[in-house]
Amino acid sequence: MRYAETGFNLEVDLTRGSCERVATQPDLAEHYLGGQGSAAKLLWDRVPAGTDPFSPDNLLIFSTGLLHGTPLPACNRTVVNTFSPQTNLMSHSLFGGFFGPELKYAGYDKIIIRGKAPDLVYLYINNDKVEIRDATHLRGKGSTETGDLLKTELKDQRVQVAAIGLAGENRVFMATIEHNHASASRGVGVIMGDKRLKAIAVRGTRAVNVARPAELFEMSQRIHQKMAGSSGCGDWMAVDEDDSFHHNHFAWGNARTRRPGYWNKELQDRWTKLKYDNMDRQTGCYNCPKKCRNVIKMPGGPRFGYKCFGKDTYHMAAFLELDFSYEILGVAQEYGVDSYSTPQVIAFALELLEAGILTDKDFPGMPADARGRFFYLLEKIVRREGIGDILADSVSHAARRIGNGAEAFDHNTTKKFEQLPIKLGKLNPAYFLMIATGEKMSITQIEGSFPQDPLPTEEQRQEFVNKWEAVPNEKFKQYFLNWKKRSDISDEATCDIVDWNEAMHYIDDSLGFCGFVSSFRGQFGGDVPYHMNNIPEAIALATGMEMDKPKLWKNFQRIRTLVRAVNVRRGLRRKDERPPEDHWAVRDEKYEQELLSKYYAFKGWNSDGIPTRQTLEELGLAYVADDLEKSGILEPAVEGSR
Amino acid sequence: MNPEMNTKTVQEILVDVDKCTGCRACEMACSAFHSNPKFSSINPAKARIRVVSNELTDEYVPVFAGNHTKSGCDGRHVYTIDGRTYSECSFCRASCPTRDYFIEPDSHLPLKCDMCESTPPLKQPWCVEVCGEGALVYSKREVKREEPSAAALGQIESGLQALMKQHGMEAVIARLKQIGREK
Ligand code: SF4
Ligand code: SF4
Ligand code: SF4
Repeated sequence: MRYAETGFNLEVDLTRGSCERVATQPDLAEHYLGGQGSAAKLLWDRVPAGTDPFSPDNLLIFSTGLLHGTPLPACNRTVVNTFSPQTNLMSHSLFGGFFGPELKYAGYDKIIIRGKAPDLVYLYINNDKVEIRDATHLRGKGSTETGDLLKTELKDQRVQVAAIGLAGENRVFMATIEHNHASASRGVGVIMGDKRLKAIAVRGTRAVNVARPAELFEMSQRIHQKMAGSSGCGDWMAVDEDDSFHHNHFAWGNARTRRPGYWNKELQDRWTKLKYDNMDRQTGCYNCPKKCRNVIKMPGGPRFGYKCFGKDTYHMAAFLELDFSYEILGVAQEYGVDSYSTPQVIAFALELLEAGILTDKDFPGMPADARGRFFYLLEKIVRREGIGDILADSVSHAARRIGNGAEAFDHNTTKKFEQLPIKLGKLNPAYFLMIATGEKMSITQIEGSFPQDPLPTEEQRQEFVNKWEAVPNEKFKQYFLNWKKRSDISDEATCDIVDWNEAMHYIDDSLGFCGFVSSFRGQFGGDVPYHMNNIPEAIALATGMEMDKPKLWKNFQRIRTLVRAVNVRRGLRRKDERPPEDHWAVRDEKYEQELLSKYYAFKGWNSDGIPTRQTLEELGLAYVADDLEKSGILEPAVEGSR
Repeated sequence: MNPEMNTKTVQEILVDVDKCTGCRACEMACSAFHSNPKFSSINPAKARIRVVSNELTDEYVPVFAGNHTKSGCDGRHVYTIDGRTYSECSFCRASCPTRDYFIEPDSHLPLKCDMCESTPPLKQPWCVEVCGEGALVYSKREVKREEPSAAALGQIESGLQALMKQHGMEAVIARLKQIGREK
């Protein structure tokens, strides 16, 4: 018997209309865990380097995490991977809620989708019964609306639905896949739409078995209790009404304008009242004692949920207030668009209008006020009408299509992907490396374990490290103790810190843990319930595999390196690894490039950011090295030189 | 004659639907505890608690598995409470032929909450244990109950004798046990 995983994938070919339950290789989890790890392996094995993201040969993979469905709490992030038309690289997306665990209870570790349906369809999975069904009656329906309609149609309120809205149907690059009030962004909704797949509805009534039941349950309960009573995990922003951090420090508009003294008491009181006047409740995800999502229902509008910075992006891009975000978020959720990149795309268009690169003729009938303009452009984008058709291709592509100097307004992307609107003064070396080399595209998916800022006094630092259980290695305590000024830290420490930050995300995204109880959250307070020192035990108890810290770390390195190889094979090189030029006001090109070289060497990559044969072989990825040599990306090793 | 007074234990789980976050940790824990061997498998479909949730209508109702009923009901009443609408099914504890809820998916036998029967007894039921939000609260109290009088006991005695004569002792005891469990 397989433990924790089901040992089966669901292979769906939408062109042929076939669905097949296929057993997976038993030793795969040992090397690639599950989730993003084993998905990267599939993308490497099955999607040839030159495949256009819009080709039927592109795969869209929904993965459960290796530990989904076990009693371990807050293990519910479903992982979606494909190739993105925006970056032409691997798309990596996550969503919370209930979908992944349900899929596992239905008996599958993954859904692997290839091909394209002739017209809109949905996939209905009820344990062994899998059907591709007509979805033309759902055309144009909102994403959560679709979930509701399918539950009624299937006469089962317990099905879990992931669906695209109009944006996905129209292949908008910023399209998301929505599930209840959770959302998968960063370039996956567009491919689901391209495959003409409106939704997936899953119901599972099978058991997930675990290897060492009593011990795992005891561990799970210990962690559950720690979480419930701890302020060190979950999203504190769900209840912290003081949001001066984002409003005073992040940039407004098209990631341009900082408003340092914006926040004040009167505003906070007003917004707090608005929130509680319209909030139904806070909800959580499967088997998690936290409740990070605020569920809002404005009069006349659709009910929606938000987390974290998600409530600020629209009104900050529009120079408006929270009531505007509350008004547009529900609409955007039903259309299914990413609330991080979409507001930037709209603000970018309005900047072009102001600069005269676009003119009034491009915006026929557009209202004069910011509120009206945002709604107008949102409609144009999700329908791909007029200028919206160009904007729907994201800032970077739209800038090139518009031309005429528009390229200069594409100032906040890396690898063609919209970055968080952060504009700061002095270069922060760790952040430079994370933004430059990250392949999860958003800094929130890379940062997270080592604190963002040093503590002012030695006593505070000492106290912090004394309680710091999460460190994978004692050296991080030393780094922290000796760290006094943000940008003043050794290159060696910087490389280690970035590596650790990355490691936790790659591990979470392969096991299914939520970043708010692990990879993203340690940077704020250090007290996360899951970390390098207890995750190996959790894996061992759940799966029966032998697992310890060094082995898990090596798994991280293997998965990380494989993802790099997947992207390198599609053309990713050193020249692409540049944070937005204005991310910091004060830059030092020479130092940055030296640091980048050091980091590549630290990772075992060559000076162009390509993993070397030696690195690949050490990680059991010789097959990758062979392929990279065959295609001329790596220089073939000279006999006897290794 | 004075009725004799003694006490019995009443166990209750108090449900506050407003506090429920919809996390379904309760389902997870219930199914784990009732798996064999204990905690060896997780399957919320086998839980004896079901969280009825609907994100669109903001409906989150934990329901405990009650008695099995052979026929489904045709009533589909809708309740509005505090501006939120709930279908009658949202609160119904029965396992019934209309839905596959509270039916063991492998054996197709009805499931029923046993308040986590266990020797030694649990401190509190598992679903309550994992409900971090206090949507489920366990209460155990001793209530005084009146013992029937000697005359009443005599009546019961002769009634039972008659029944046993007619149906046999085993059938009567089995039925009594079942009634006891259902109560
Ligand atoms: S910590 Fe918050 S976001 Fe994460 S699983 Fe729990 S409720 Fe969901
Ligand atoms: S554990 Fe509590 S909060 Fe979570 S679904 Fe069950 S009753 Fe609701
Ligand atoms: S009391 Fe026990 S048996 Fe009943 S629903 Fe809760 S966990 Fe299950």
